[in-house]
Amino acid sequence: MGANTVDVTDTSFEADVLKSSKTVVVDFWASWCGPCKMVAPVLDEIAGENKERLTVAKLDVDANPSIAVSYEIRSIPTLIVFQDGQPVKHIIGAKGKAELLSDLSDYLG
Amino acid sequence: MTSSSTVHDVIVIGSGPAGYTAAIYAARAQLKPLVFEGIQFGGALMTTTEVENYSGFREGITGPELMDEMREQALRFGADLRMEDVDAVSLGGPVKSVTVGDETYQARSIILAMGAAARHLGVPGEEALIGMGVSTCATCDGFFFRDQDIAVVGGGDSAMEEATFLTRFGRTVTVIHRRDWLRASKIMQERAFANPKIKFRWNSEVTEILGEEKITGLRLRDTVTGEESTLEVGGLFVAIGHDPRSGLVAGVLDTDGEGYLLTDSPSTHTAIAGVFAAGDLVDRTYRQAITAAGSGCSAAIDAERWLAEHPVGAELVASGG
Repeated sequence: MGANTVDVTDTSFEADVLKSSKTVVVDFWASWCGPCKMVAPVLDEIAGENKERLTVAKLDVDANPSIAVSYEIRSIPTLIVFQDGQPVKHIIGAKGKAELLSDLSDYLG
Repeated sequence: MTSSSTVHDVIVIGSGPAGYTAAIYAARAQLKPLVFEGIQFGGALMTTTEVENYSGFREGITGPELMDEMREQALRFGADLRMEDVDAVSLGGPVKSVTVGDETYQARSIILAMGAAARHLGVPGEEALIGMGVSTCATCDGFFFRDQDIAVVGGGDSAMEEATFLTRFGRTVTVIHRRDWLRASKIMQERAFANPKIKFRWNSEVTEILGEEKITGLRLRDTVTGEESTLEVGGLFVAIGHDPRSGLVAGVLDTDGEGYLLTDSPSTHTAIAGVFAAGDLVDRTYRQAITAAGSGCSAAIDAERWLAEHPVGAELVASGG
């Protein structure tokens, strides 16, 4: 996985995402998802450039189905932005860097 | 706006089988191709499950794996791959230019291989429910519809392949098709007919996708009688074909009525000297991964020969890098 992202699981989700003091962008992905591979390097770049402001966490839905079910994921890649344990924004589908930065602009300020 | 003074031999736009194959051939011919892969690199095969008919893979290979192999092969020979979308092109004259965001790149020849984009139904509810039960990628999203009733719209090979793949997850898969016969190849049809989980709704079209927050069902219309009905589903996969992505050169290069770029077939020359086109962007007939790869190869060879026949002019020697 990317050098600037962290991997989260069904068990570590609460501690690493919900209880995080920072904004966390969770990337729901799977190895069999082509478009997920497209966004991975872009997300890694965004994570590297915005370390102080947010954490990018990757959740493999295949290995960790229960979190995907509880957030009703029906399509990947999906990104959910979490602040103070709450999902505040959904971004669905593979997008380029400029579009992702604009979608995330509220959390990068 | 920044502009490099380097004039490349060739710029490839696109990253499906045509784009990467053109990149592989151009790179091996020492043309140092610059390749704009686009944000959605890998092309249509990135959302394809099993590719069983690409020669050389006797057990089949998944679309993303095949594209990964092609990409790595292009990199191995030194192709300069950029995951960026091209915003504009200027194709006239001996030096063509390609604009990507604030940057402009120059080249003596251009290979257009932008492929085709998945068609949408264009019915109420579709846009709002994308990602909430409406999908164009069975490989990506099938997993989330375990034990649900799923519908697939379409009658071609992609629709049959998706329907068959989705039976791994769904309780039932209903194929909705506006005719009473399939365009799909015999082998794909037979596989679908033999699958006990797959049902067919012939002569039917989707007029509305129902549900808020998530999909609950479809409104269907019988294309013969006009009768309306509803079908309860938890997921909808749309596989009704593709439209060529020729928008970048609209008005500059001629297309047929459906938007496919016209070339001087069997070569890949377009009407503009030094501009070549390959893959699903030009192919309204075959549209296979392997035919796209083949025409990408042709485009690279055409470009290589054209470059050799049109030596660099004095003005480029002076300014070129």
